[in-house]
Amino acid sequence: MSAFSAIGEEREIDRDEYTPSVEPQATWCPGCGDFGVLKSLKQALPEVGRSPEETLLVTGIGCSGKLNSYLDSYGFHTIHGRSLPVARAAALANPELEVIAAGGDGDGYGIGGNHFMHTARENHDMTYIVFNNEIFGLTKGQTSPTSPKGHKSKTQPHGSAKTPIRPLSLALTSGASFVARTAAVNPNQARDILVEAMNHDGFAHVDFLTQCPTWNKDARQYVPYTDINDSDDYDFDPTNRADAQELMRETEDKLYEGEVLTGIYYREDDRPSYQQEKRELGELPEEPLAERYFDDDYEWERSYDRFIDKHK
Amino acid sequence: MADDELIWRIAGGSGDGIASTSQNFAKALMRAGLHVFTHRHYPSRIRGGHTYVEVRASADPVKSRGDGYNFLLALGDSFARNPQEGAYYGNEEVKPLSENLDELREGGVIIYDEGLLDPADIPDFEERAEENDWHVYPLDLRGLAREKGREVMRNTAGVGATCAIAGIELEWIQELMADAMPEKILEPNVDILETAYEQVSEEYDVDAPGIDVPQGEHEEEQLLMSGSDAIAYGAIDEGCRFIAGYPMTPWTEVFTIMSQNLPELGGISEQVEDEIAAAALAVGASHAGAKAMSGSSGGGFALMSEPLGLAEITETPLVLVEAMRAGPSTGMPTKPEQADLEHVLYTSQGDSHRVVLAPGTVEEAYDHARTAFRLAYDYQIPSVVIYDQKLSGELTNVPASTFDREPNPSMGKTLTEAELADEPHTEDGKFHRFQHDVEDGVSPRSIPGQKGGRYLVTGNEHNPAGHISEDPDNRVSQVNRRFEKMDAIRADLDENSLLSPHGPEEAEYGILTFGSQQGTVEEAVDRLNANGHGVKTLSVGELAPYPVEAVEAFVESVDEVLVVEMNASAQFRGLTQKELGRYGEKLHSLLKYNGNPFEPAEIVEGFETSIVEDGELPGHETKFVPAAGD
Ligand SMILES: Cc1ncc(C[n+]2csc(CCOP(=O)(O)OP(=O)(O)O)c2C)c(N)n1
Ligand code: SF4
Repeated sequence: MSAFSAIGEEREIDRDEYTPSVEPQATWCPGCGDFGVLKSLKQALPEVGRSPEETLLVTGIGCSGKLNSYLDSYGFHTIHGRSLPVARAAALANPELEVIAAGGDGDGYGIGGNHFMHTARENHDMTYIVFNNEIFGLTKGQTSPTSPKGHKSKTQPHGSAKTPIRPLSLALTSGASFVARTAAVNPNQARDILVEAMNHDGFAHVDFLTQCPTWNKDARQYVPYTDINDSDDYDFDPTNRADAQELMRETEDKLYEGEVLTGIYYREDDRPSYQQEKRELGELPEEPLAERYFDDDYEWERSYDRFIDKHK
Repeated sequence: MADDELIWRIAGGSGDGIASTSQNFAKALMRAGLHVFTHRHYPSRIRGGHTYVEVRASADPVKSRGDGYNFLLALGDSFARNPQEGAYYGNEEVKPLSENLDELREGGVIIYDEGLLDPADIPDFEERAEENDWHVYPLDLRGLAREKGREVMRNTAGVGATCAIAGIELEWIQELMADAMPEKILEPNVDILETAYEQVSEEYDVDAPGIDVPQGEHEEEQLLMSGSDAIAYGAIDEGCRFIAGYPMTPWTEVFTIMSQNLPELGGISEQVEDEIAAAALAVGASHAGAKAMSGSSGGGFALMSEPLGLAEITETPLVLVEAMRAGPSTGMPTKPEQADLEHVLYTSQGDSHRVVLAPGTVEEAYDHARTAFRLAYDYQIPSVVIYDQKLSGELTNVPASTFDREPNPSMGKTLTEAELADEPHTEDGKFHRFQHDVEDGVSPRSIPGQKGGRYLVTGNEHNPAGHISEDPDNRVSQVNRRFEKMDAIRADLDENSLLSPHGPEEAEYGILTFGSQQGTVEEAVDRLNANGHGVKTLSVGELAPYPVEAVEAFVESVDEVLVVEMNASAQFRGLTQKELGRYGEKLHSLLKYNGNPFEPAEIVEGFETSIVEDGELPGHETKFVPAAGD
């Protein structure tokens, strides 16, 4: 018998199950785009068939990190920029969990940038949602790695001289096997993309455009978006890496000109996830690690026995 | 010094096979019934540079390197042999002969490779040899190796010559070679070994130095182990099946051993992008229900202070290893020091607590690793095993039965789904992770994926249900509860003491130490008592929570205390004074921080000059700091 009967249990899942019974102390401002992510996620999870108890949501620090307080699943609100290493270890220790990491653009592309690159390259089987509001929200409106060039804030009063990061291109070149962008202003597309991302076997990166009406009033993301996958203007094949790269190059910066393009930019469905690769090398157990600690009959090997001869 | 011991030093260039040859030599002597202890000296480079290993062997237990040594095998050096048109591996000349003479004892033996080294290059060599009654054996080790096999096998020729002069039975070495070497190279090696043995026996008077390896016998089977081996094996026996790390000397040794073991055991090893990630992975894996560890050396451990604090406030069990080397910053990568103590004790912001354990010997390294895991999982707290480059690399014989202990797969207070379904774990249908007001401050946890156990854990202060809270009363009770664990752990450790006392109970003086200096201090204490002083020592293996009562009793029981540690700022003495709250005038420091560990004679000298004669220590290598009250 598995020690984790919530995993893989077949049942109807109601999205209200994800609603915490207590009002979260950490509250987002009215009109915050983060509510949009929450809503889409609550719709997507039941659609993927994942119950709150087989879902592990790992967040970083920032307004985005408060997502945990609004979503009643297993949750781990970690430290600034470090959601990915925590999450991917959980996904290795128990590959049967639905592991979702979430954080902000400062959290994920700034302080956690190194982890982003490496988690993408390793293609861990998990979903990573970055709440991209082009600003540091929680610390009151400083410039973030996705703030447009020239953006003025209290810490950069003369305007930023830095070119914003290109998250989609970065994810793709780092090796993510699924790269998408969606926006809080389009809940239906957002839900669908999250479903695809969670069903994807490998690292699924979703750059989620969210508005911060408190600190970033002039972000262009509020304007209507174009779904590249539906648009007649963009006829391309998201499974073709070169196409995806080209499209990102052409369109990613248009965000700052007010032309918001969303959709699945890239997906590579036949590439094995890191978990799969590691399992094939004999470096990942079949069962979740925790199973054996609950199993009274498990034979704990005097493990290094096979190595002890070399000490004799 | 004692005649009943052999301290054999093999010296040459890095990459000359010094490490493997000495390891095999030590193992052969161990198998023959002797106690062995190896000391390793190497520079921070891969090839070239001067390196040596000492193997000390005696019929009695040996706990440290000796003072100096009595047998030198000076090989040539790869540096000298590989000049490709002036392209050297480095700009530093390797001098396996001259570099090593200062510590060679009177009456000692020198074997050198005459094809590669010339004592004429060394000023006053002959005078020194005569003055010190050294027995010098020039041998064409390279020529012999070339003739019978390959040049690299000149190590074997040197070992053969050693056996002839030190009265070591060739079979001991041959047997080991047969076990350790592939068929192809075994034959020429045995040939070289025997030829060198015969040549030396025929051409020279091998009895002249009067060095004969003592006879010994072990009551039970012994294993040749390093501190890093022992830590890794302790972790494995305690059920650790997940490790994440990033290489940094000397932590890399534990990381490597674990990585070689874990996949075979259905465990997971991850080399990741940096140390922040490494420790964060260990936290994530532990949260998901694995027994997990990470570790590093000073600079890498600095990066881990964030995830360490996260583990503390979220009450996620976490084991970290800190293998100290000389700092700050990159410091001296291959040299031991004990100067990261305060860093490990106090890293991470806020009122954060952790267990800190410091093994003093290879055997203790195994025990402490096990205890670190047990405490981390029983009390849901980070625990750190702190040791140093000396203990990580030194090889010594350990009774095989040390490793016969039962595995411990217990995850501590972790509920099964059946238990989760019961009150009082579930209030209003939800699991309250930090609810239970239990005596030791530990509240049981669930594992993601378990039915009925879902909860939020956060690095922010939180209420019993796990939700973020800045309520002042809640804050106080959460801080207090986390703090209470330390009392419970203290009581636990009192029952399972990691303190190592040594010497006569009734003694006038005491020496306090911690970590890798333990064996050296114990040897010094034996000598001091033999010299007519009344001295005992206490090696403190539990640094946090600190064993206040036991150390207080020790300090009370003697007139004066010398505190021995390898750093310049007397960190261990500082900790002791802070924890005990007094005795400033009774604790004197003996410090060493030149990159080399203490030798027993230095401690004897330090004790005699500072405590007995109330004077100041000579020399620049050790530093005597009078008690704070002086
Ligand atoms: C190590 C560390 N540095 C700085 C902070 C302060 N801090 C908290 S949130 C934040 C920025 C968050 O910005 P972003 O990730 O864009 O998230 P948002 O609040 O906009 O959702 C910073 C700098 C911290 N908590 N930890
Ligand atoms: S500060 Fe901005 S990002 Fe944060 S909650 Fe308010 S609106 Fe949302």
